[in-house]
Amino acid sequence: MEAAIETREAYWEGGRGPFGIGWSKLMMWLFIVTDGLVFAGFLAIYGFLRIASPNWPDRSHIFHLDFIALMTFTLITSSATMATAVGAARKGDRKTVGRFLALTIVGGAAFLGMQAYEWSSLIRAGATLEANPWGAPLFGACFFIITGFHGSHVLSGLIVLAITMARSAAGKSRPAGIELAGLYWHFVDLVWVFVFTLFYLI
Amino acid sequence: MAELAHGVHRPRSFIARYVFSTDHKVIGIQYMITAMFMAIAGGALAMIVRMQLAWPGEKWRLLGKMFPDGVEGDIMKPEFYLSLMTMHGTIMIFFVVSLALIGGFGNFLIPLQIGARDMAFPFLNMLSFWTIVPACLIMLGSFAVEGGAAQAGWTAYPPLSAVGAAVPGSQWGQTLWILGMALFIASFTMGGLNFVCTILDQRTKGMSLMRMPITIWTLFISSAIGLLAFPPLLAAAILLLFDRHFGTSFFLPSGLYFGNGLLPNSGGTPLLWQHLFWFLGHPEVYVLILPALGITLDMLPVFSRKPVFGYRLTVYCLYAIAALSMIVWGHHMYVSGMSPYIGEFFAIGTLSITVPSAIIGVNMIASLWGGSLRFPTPMLFTIGTIIMFGTGGFGGIFLGNATSDIQLHDTYFVVGHFHLMIGGVTLMAAFAGVYYWFPKMFGRMMNETLGKLHFWVTMPAFYVLFLAQHFQGLGGMPRRYFDFDKFEYLQKVAAANLHVSLTAFVLGAVQFVFLFNFFWSAFKGARSVKNPWCATTLEWTEASPAPHGNWGEQLPEVHRWPYDYSVPGAAEDFTPQTAPATVAPVTF
Repeated sequence: MEAAIETREAYWEGGRGPFGIGWSKLMMWLFIVTDGLVFAGFLAIYGFLRIASPNWPDRSHIFHLDFIALMTFTLITSSATMATAVGAARKGDRKTVGRFLALTIVGGAAFLGMQAYEWSSLIRAGATLEANPWGAPLFGACFFIITGFHGSHVLSGLIVLAITMARSAAGKSRPAGIELAGLYWHFVDLVWVFVFTLFYLI
Repeated sequence: MAELAHGVHRPRSFIARYVFSTDHKVIGIQYMITAMFMAIAGGALAMIVRMQLAWPGEKWRLLGKMFPDGVEGDIMKPEFYLSLMTMHGTIMIFFVVSLALIGGFGNFLIPLQIGARDMAFPFLNMLSFWTIVPACLIMLGSFAVEGGAAQAGWTAYPPLSAVGAAVPGSQWGQTLWILGMALFIASFTMGGLNFVCTILDQRTKGMSLMRMPITIWTLFISSAIGLLAFPPLLAAAILLLFDRHFGTSFFLPSGLYFGNGLLPNSGGTPLLWQHLFWFLGHPEVYVLILPALGITLDMLPVFSRKPVFGYRLTVYCLYAIAALSMIVWGHHMYVSGMSPYIGEFFAIGTLSITVPSAIIGVNMIASLWGGSLRFPTPMLFTIGTIIMFGTGGFGGIFLGNATSDIQLHDTYFVVGHFHLMIGGVTLMAAFAGVYYWFPKMFGRMMNETLGKLHFWVTMPAFYVLFLAQHFQGLGGMPRRYFDFDKFEYLQKVAAANLHVSLTAFVLGAVQFVFLFNFFWSAFKGARSVKNPWCATTLEWTEASPAPHGNWGEQLPEVHRWPYDYSVPGAAEDFTPQTAPATVAPVTF
């Protein structure tokens, strides 16, 4: 009993990291919190503008929910393959790591491709940052900026994953590095759940 | 063993050692010197502002040559005045005080005081500094672009900041301002992540959280507040850029006229920017002031030779201030037409902050009580900090109350208040810190006579200057006005402008004594011993200046808290944190 208390407190006594995790993982978590707050800022602005607007467009006239559901499914699936890659990295199975990282990249790239298709069809319908055919002009601005900001995160995530994959193939990456890339990727997916809910479902 | 190799390794070339260095001590000093450079720039802007207020409409030959657009025919234009006060505020808050206290002391002190070899991620630390340098250059360079520097105030309220046609400075100047701030936020985020991780993760054996010097606590909490408060501002700044250049209207309502045209925007509101800005803006003042309080509380035991009073309570109060600071931003917006009930919420929150702040203030004074006081320059500035914190804080009570704030809002009362708090308190503590840790930075002492001269002019000048502004504000004098000649009712209070300006010139001039002292002492000052102040914290167990990698072969081990002064039974009146229980009894 006493020993248990001592180890729990020993994490904070100095000489080692709290909860036994290293600084890089801690830093990634903190970065995720700050980056999440940028999205929180964007989504709060969007929510306020939408509630304050008298003529916000009706989402069911604009979006094809089937297609968006497929997009979302693809991205969530890529989180699952990422988790598999992280698990394999812990076991030291480099072949599986490479295969599932590749699958994750394919999923993320497919998501970006579908997003580009959705953007271009909306733009063809007349939506711009300044105006759109369905109602309040800020709808287009909010939609393009927030989904674009998320898309840029997916893109940077893909770059990180590609680098991780190359390093892993060369035998230079450690399981901790793959786990960090995984944390970021899960975060990007989680943010999409919020964007998806607030733009397409509600 | 990897740690040992890191400690022994020392970069050889000049560029790796002093320019693109990953050593936290070099980066800290780089930050500090950058802050001094920016302080000269920001201070010069303030002096030009005071020249205009003292002698409105006067001809300035030299200024006319330097700024042919802003000072046309040697007479200052109103919009140039707006640029001056906008950039003075921005530079002083973000590029002087933040840089000196967080970047400078944070980088220099954190590894040394917690017993680490360097920051958790030294390369990111270097990157953070080299992101701030272009940000500084962009801010200064914005004076040279078409239309001049930004003119919408350091708060960048739309529509002035969002519509290019609103003021000349809202053309390229404002865009550069936003870019500079974005770089600043990026740099602060990198630094803040590093600080928090280093403090949590890299403490040496025995350095439990409750054995950290209060400076480290305050830097930790400041970084945490900054990491939480800056991201929403980044979101808002991105949207402001879109409003300016891509025709969106996040912050622009319908029906705005500029020049002779009706703007096509609709749907947004400037209030949105105000909320997002102050959600950062208010926590930001605590980001700045907490390290100042930490440095003060760490200095008091050294120069009164007794433990700090109420260590635990102070730490809890710091947490309380940090938590409350995130929910009181609305007190900057009482006159924006908010519901009185919401105003009440913000007023109660704001006044609650006075409780932990007052406890910390009382702890400072109680730390002095019964000590054997010494008054070298750092202690003088420490006392100055306490005094400013007390008097400046009183002004805050009036401004935090919605009822009195509606009268005082946007008057010189506000100007006087925040100059005493985030000008006076922070700068006094920063000066104290520089005089105190200078031997650890350069291995030499700063000149005492010049230091005392610096203090005894700075302190009264600060008071005359900013107390006078409180009274001008009570008399109804609005801030940000270019010329008060046209206002009959203000003639009596505006008459004090001349005296305020003259004091400002004295205050500005005496800072050069400090700068001279700093650079002269760095090369020619008297050599310092390892521990010139007989202090207990870890950095003083290391050579002056501390070597690359800090601790030689063996990391220090900590056995006690940092305030073991005059321990009964100890041989000396200070017991370093590394002294084991056999040397003197462990009190905490």
